[in-house]
Amino acid sequence: MMVAPDEPIVSVRGLTKSFGPVAVLKGVDFDVMPSKVSVVIGPSGSGKSTLLRCCNGLELADGGTIRICGQTLAQGGRMLPDAALNALRRQVGMVFQAFNLFPHLSVLGNVTIAPRKLLGLSVAEAEAAGRTLLGKVGLAHKADAYPATLSGGQKQRVAIARALAMQPQVMLFDEPTSALDPELVGEVLQVMRELAAEGMSMMVVTHEMSFAREVADSVSVMDHGVVLEQGPPAQIFDAPRHPRTREFLQAVTTRGGPRQLQGPTGSGTPLLSGDH
Amino acid sequence: MDLDFSPVWDGWRDLVHGALITIEVTAGAIVLGCLIGLVIGLGRLDPRRRVVYGLTTAYVSFIRGTPLLVQLFIWFFGLPHFGINFPAFFCGIVGMGIYSGAYVSEIVRGAIQSVDRGQMEAARSLGMPYRTAMREIVVPQALVRMIPPLGNEFIALIKNSSLVSLLTIADLMHEGQKIISTSYRSLEVYLAIALVYFVLTNLTGLALRTVERRLGAGGLV
Ligand SMILES: Nc1ncnc2c1ncn2[C@@H]1O[C@H](COP(=O)(O)OP(=O)(O)OP(=O)(O)O)[C@@H](O)[C@H]1O
Ligand SMILES: [Mg+2]
Repeated sequence: MMVAPDEPIVSVRGLTKSFGPVAVLKGVDFDVMPSKVSVVIGPSGSGKSTLLRCCNGLELADGGTIRICGQTLAQGGRMLPDAALNALRRQVGMVFQAFNLFPHLSVLGNVTIAPRKLLGLSVAEAEAAGRTLLGKVGLAHKADAYPATLSGGQKQRVAIARALAMQPQVMLFDEPTSALDPELVGEVLQVMRELAAEGMSMMVVTHEMSFAREVADSVSVMDHGVVLEQGPPAQIFDAPRHPRTREFLQAVTTRGGPRQLQGPTGSGTPLLSGDH
Repeated sequence: MDLDFSPVWDGWRDLVHGALITIEVTAGAIVLGCLIGLVIGLGRLDPRRRVVYGLTTAYVSFIRGTPLLVQLFIWFFGLPHFGINFPAFFCGIVGMGIYSGAYVSEIVRGAIQSVDRGQMEAARSLGMPYRTAMREIVVPQALVRMIPPLGNEFIALIKNSSLVSLLTIADLMHEGQKIISTSYRSLEVYLAIALVYFVLTNLTGLALRTVERRLGAGGLV
């Protein structure tokens, strides 16, 4: 399922979604271009997770269109039929804030279960591929450990390897470092940075502004169910057009403290001067 | 007060035989109950599937809302009115299995629903169909959580199995009462029977705790 290089790999148009009376998405347009990183920022409750979950069919939007890898995932409140949806989901890797590792399986088991059950790989094939992926996220030595024995940063790296094992076309990250102790954030961001450098198409919801500035090709600011503005990181962070964007960035830089600003290398250099 | 346990000693062969029958009936009912419970429990997961949910819920509420003894009598004394004659042993196992299945289904449902929603979402996001996700991810985790409540259910079933003595089944209770009818030593015999039930229930509890520990050690937390 290849798309032309100038076609978006994820294309969201006019997406609307309500939970009961609460309109959470109010007409969102959003793209992820091939081999590019699209970051979504915005205040809590603005609909970032909902947007991401719609892109993987975990939520069904009420209206609008989502196209992924040239296929229509959802349109006008209707989802792709189950079989096609399952096939499409294999193209879309998802990383959750809470890791959601499978606690009854070893690290290697977590990474191999989907390729074995869905791609028909033999145990040996899946394990060989799995060990390579675990090496890539720096956890080859943890292959036989159980998730409960890992640190948060290790868990999230396993979760990334698990998603990569299906060889997805695009990876969705929902605040992948928000549940981590500050000193563990860097190792996860490092893996994501490498993934981006390898040309993975990525959609990242995050509060790590320095990561966004450094890695993003485009940054979208969400607020109350709409995309306030969207553009390259330099423009969003240095010359935000929308007053709400300025407010949000200011709040993050002052209230969020070093947690939000510290680079993964621990340099701590504030990339945002809090005076916008 | 004089206690005379000699009728118990004299009748020990019958009591052992009765205990074996009790074990057989209960074991059969447990197996049947677990099979029924799994199916019914899965059927009650999603209220949006109206027909399946309605039927399974009706089953659970009827079985749980009526006495086991009445259900057993319906099988053994009631059905013959329609010309349906099942052997007593069959009625005992099926009656108790169907009764237990309702309780097991609640255990199954509760355990599955207690597995974090994120597990299903992670499995589905990898592209797993619902059934695969259930089988590979959710149910294995739920199984471990079922063990303690299942232990309670099995123990209750062992004790409830004394009711099948009223279906002419020669279980432990039945054999004890036969001894009492000739020796009139009811206290001694009932004490002896109680001891056997006590041993059976506690062995069951012990076995399940061992299984739980093994699974826990295998990473199935
Ligand atoms: N399943 C749901 N049922 C009802 N309301 C929901 C549900 N999921 C999300 N919401 C509501 O939708 C709104 C947007 O939620 P969403 O999780 O998309 O926000 P977010 O931008 O990801 O916020 P955060 O930064 O806190 O993760 C919130 O008000 C939330 O309470
Ligand atoms: Mg969120």
